[in-house]
Order: sequence, then C-alpha cells, then structure tokens
Amino acid sequence: METTASSTADESPLVLLVQPLFPEFAAALAGRYRFVLAADADPAAAAEARVLLVPGLAPVTAQHLARLPALELVVGTSAGVDHVDLDTCRNRGLSVTNAGPAFAVDSADYAVGLVVAVLRRVAAADAYVRRGRWAADGDYPLATKVSGKRVGIVGLGNIGSRVARRLAAFGCAVSYHSRSPKPSSPYTFVPALLDLAAGSDVLVLSCALTDETKHMVNREVMEALGKDGVLVNVGRGGLVDEPELVRCLRDGVLGGAGLDVYANEPAVPPELFGMDNVVLSDHRAVVTPESMRGVLEVITANLDAFFSGRPLVSPVQLCTLNKR
Amino acid sequence: MASAIAAATAPPTGAQHSVLLLRRANDYLAATLRARYRVLSFYDSGAPLPAFLAASAATEPEPPRAALVVGGGAIRVDAAFLDAAPYLRCVVTTAAGLDHVDLAECARRGVLVAGAGEVFSTDVADHAVGLLIDVLRNVSAADRYVRRGLWPVQGDYPLGSKLGGKRVGIIGLGSIGSSIAKRLKALGCVIQYHSRRPKDTVSFKYFHDVISLATESDALIVACALNDQTRHIVNKEVLGALGKDGVVVNIARGGNIDEAELISALREGKIAGAGLDVFEKEPVVPAEFFSMDNVVLTGHEAVFTTESGSDLCDLMIGNLEAFFDGRPLLTPVLPK
Repeated sequence: METTASSTADESPLVLLVQPLFPEFAAALAGRYRFVLAADADPAAAAEARVLLVPGLAPVTAQHLARLPALELVVGTSAGVDHVDLDTCRNRGLSVTNAGPAFAVDSADYAVGLVVAVLRRVAAADAYVRRGRWAADGDYPLATKVSGKRVGIVGLGNIGSRVARRLAAFGCAVSYHSRSPKPSSPYTFVPALLDLAAGSDVLVLSCALTDETKHMVNREVMEALGKDGVLVNVGRGGLVDEPELVRCLRDGVLGGAGLDVYANEPAVPPELFGMDNVVLSDHRAVVTPESMRGVLEVITANLDAFFSGRPLVSPVQLCTLNKR
Repeated sequence: MASAIAAATAPPTGAQHSVLLLRRANDYLAATLRARYRVLSFYDSGAPLPAFLAASAATEPEPPRAALVVGGGAIRVDAAFLDAAPYLRCVVTTAAGLDHVDLAECARRGVLVAGAGEVFSTDVADHAVGLLIDVLRNVSAADRYVRRGLWPVQGDYPLGSKLGGKRVGIIGLGSIGSSIAKRLKALGCVIQYHSRRPKDTVSFKYFHDVISLATESDALIVACALNDQTRHIVNKEVLGALGKDGVVVNIARGGNIDEAELISALREGKIAGAGLDVFEKEPVVPAEFFSMDNVVLTGHEAVFTTESGSDLCDLMIGNLEAFFDGRPLLTPVLPK
C-alpha cells in the first residue's frame, strides 16, 4: 500500500502519512490515493505533498510541518486535534480537518454510560457480585439517583450537545459552559466554569484541549463540584489537573469520576484502581465498528473535496481560542 | 408472647391505629411510622410469622388493620397469611413488583392493596439503560481491564457496539418500560415492544408474542411483572430468536428468564451478552456468570437509590394515612 518512492507514473493524488493507516482504512482507500509514509518520503515527494493524513493521535510538530513546503491540508482522524501544532498550521494558512461528527454519537453514548455507571456504581456492583460478595456480605450500598441530577456540560459541540440531549431525556437539568453562548441551544449558559461546577451534581467534559483549556478542571473547580459531585471526562486528559484529581478523590473532596482519557495514556494513576467511586475506560468512548466506518467516510470526503477544489467537510476553526 | 410483642413498641401518646410492620425498617421509616402509629414489628418480635400474626389479634385498643410488607419473596401475602390475620383490611407493599401478594385472595376478601406506584420507575429505568450501555459498550469490562493494569501491556480492549439504530424490544410497557423507552429514544434506539395488549397511546411497533419481538430485535429488555404467564417468558426459543449478536437486560424478576438456558446460550455464543440485576435465587448468582466478560451483574439494586428510599417512605405513610382516614389509597392496586 505505502510506497517508499514517489512515482510520477501513478496518477493518484499523493497523500503523506504520519504513521501507517489502520489496515481497514488502507484497504478501503486503496487505489484512490498514493500513500507515502512521511518519514520515508524522498525529497521530491516531500516537496510535492499537499496533504498530510494523521492516523490516530500521532503528534504533528512544527518540525514535521517545516519539511513540507507545499502542504495545504492536515487531515486528522480523531475528534480532538490537540496533537497537531495548530499554531504553526494557522501561521502557514493550512487547513485542518478532524473526524467531524463521526465519533460524536458514540462519545456521547459512552459519556452517558459513564454518568450512570458512576452514579449508580454499576461497575463496582458488578465487581462485588462477581466476587460472590452479594450472597456472603449482603446488598451493595445504596447509590444515587441519575434522574433529576443537575448536569453541567463543558463544551457544547458535536459531542456535548448530544450528551445534553440524552441526559435531558433522563430528566436531568442541563446547563453548559463554553467560550460563547449558543443562542439556538435550549440549555442554560453559564459564563464561568467555577459557577457551572458549583451549580452541578455532574460535570461532563467534552471540549477541545487547547492552551486555554489545559487544566481547566483544577482543585478549585473540583471543590466547587464537591464531595457528592461527579466528574466525567471524554475530552482529553489534559483538561484536568490529574494529580489533583487523584488527591481530591482520595480525600473525598470530589465524590466520583468516570474517566475515558488521561494525561499520559495508556498510563493510568494506579491510586484510582482501588477506588469504588471511579469508572475507568481505555480511551474507547469513540470506538465502535460503526464509528470507524463513519470516520473513514469523513476522511474520504475531506480528501475528495480537497483534491477536487470543493469545500472541506469538517474543517477545524484555527482562531486563537481554538474550540473544536 | 403477646406481651413481649406489645412491650417492644410502647404506643406514643395519642396514637390510635396499629400497624403491622413486616419489613426491616430503616431509621427514617421506623421513626416516621412510630410518630404516627402503634407499630408491631415482625422482625423485632423474633416470633415465627403465624404466631406473630395470631398474637397481633390481641392488640389493644384495636388489632392492626393495615400491614406494611416488603417484596422480594421473604413474606408472601397469600391465603394462609390472610387466614392468620383476618383483622387485616389493607396491605401496603413497598416493592416495585407484586408477585409476593396473592391479589386474587386479597380481592376475594375485600382487602385493599396499595403498591409502590411509580416511585421506582425512574431509578429502575436509569439502571436498565445503564446496563444496556454497559453491555453494548463494555463499560464494566473495560474498567476491570484498566484496573488490572492491562491497558499499557495489552493495548486497547476490544471494540464495543454502537447504541444508535439498535432495535430494542421491551417486554412490558408499563411505567418502567415507558421510562426506559423515553431514554433509549434519546440515545437513537428504535423502540418496539410486547405486552399483553397493544397500547394505543404509543407509536412504537407492537409484537403479539415475544419470539417475533426477539427475532426482530438487537436487544431485549425485560420490564414486566412476574406471574404465571410471564415465568420464563424469555426461554431457550426466545434466546435463539434473539440471536448471536443480541443482548438481554433484566431488571424485572429473575424468574422472567430461564436462567439455566441463559447461561447455556451465553456459554455457546448463541447470544452476545446480558445485563442482569435480578436472578432466580437471590442473593445466589450462578458462578458460571463470574468468568463471562460479556455479562454485567448487579445485586438487585435497580430500585435502590438514596433518593427513592425517602420517596418510598413518604408514599407508604401517605397510603396508610389515606386508609385510616377512609380516603382512597394514593397508589391503589386493589381495588382496581
């Protein structure tokens, strides 16, 4: 699939890869594009390449970008693109696309799954029953109701808006924080994150990781969320001060957490392994066979659009306070 | 014996009515009851049930005309029970299900029955949806995986399956089933159902029998009462019709599913997974489940949240007050 030398005989458009494609993607895109691994590209290919495709979360640094003078488009395959040097992209006038809404539904479903799992202690109860403790030690302690909880959503984009709709159907009262209010949204906008945390029982993180949002959930926010409060993160680990999160959970400053993402994946702070009020997942919120097909469609649509001069399908806004 | 029972619960000043308490009461419930009534507590008496009921007849100034009964199989309000307590005119039960009360016998004797109404519905529905998401998306299994430190070593846990677009067949579209439907619709599922009769207030597709429902569903959720007609309503045939990619969630009664057949079906890959809050012989859970990663197990806790506990107390007291005041019950099961 990937060749190590550019070939002018091949008519397919050239697309450089930061790392190899998933086999399913490679198979599906075979014959339509000429894929070359960026690290293996000869000087001719590097000089000619207009598109860089980023499978997974492989970092794309200023150095990578500097080697590609003809570059116009960076195609991401994930919801978040914080692994790409967006400042450099903006300065050079490059376009960047992400997975668009391909992962949004599954992320939102998983976020809801985590909210219920943490509040109702499903995973902990499952572990309890599995160890034969129900018969031996009696009922697992009471958990708390999901319906009617006040939910604060940070970031009301593709994922956040779907989380809102789902939890509203559970009878939860939904408010949100984002850089600016969304007039078309039926939910209450809260300008300050600290106020959202103070007025919520559950805080769901579904925003992009940028310089502005890094560690936005700090000790103050967790204290405001409180000893009965629950944090659910399906955004990026970097949104949360992770060592502080562990301390707050350990000391009962924060009531519980559902985490799909971490600061240094796949490393998960081991103190979390012994906590019953925490549900841990391996960055899987987005991943189902259907969403993988979905993201393939978005990638293909973006590549086709670019090479035929049509508008991109899922461009990322590269203004200073990048949101998505 | 009678004096021991009477002494255990000295009546507060001004209390008139006596109430039989046939469930373990938490502090809030016990205190609220004792403030209003003379409470005769079975579990505190230490006597066998027939003796307790017989002795209660001698209560002064009047025998207990109302009883608070728990569900879950510990005590059955059947003909023998009612024969032993002919003074009883009202049974207030606190379970979501009514399979522990012989409604026909109560009706025959003109005994009023108050149920739990919809107090439990939202919590059970929340839990049912939580179990479905968990089974389809491997939430608990991934949690176990990460906790065992396997993520850095073995890479990602295998893919789960999308919820949106799944055809979910709900067996029993009462208050709980409807609440489940509302939540799953927001999650993009296609709702269809089986119940004794179609409900003209809903637009979901109705199936006359469970096998047809199972054949055309990706997931089955059992949300019906347990009675003679619904025992093992999910049996080997239904599991076969559901198919190797299908999952079943049970928040009703263990007896609604043929548990042995379920275990076989899971072991042989005839269905893809299960989320179970109830079992045939609680709290005993068949050990065969413990090694299955595609099964989520919780210990009959769908109804139990800290909030529903106090909601339930308020409802029980409300029903007792209504009965003693001669008003209609708040959540009557009998008379219909």
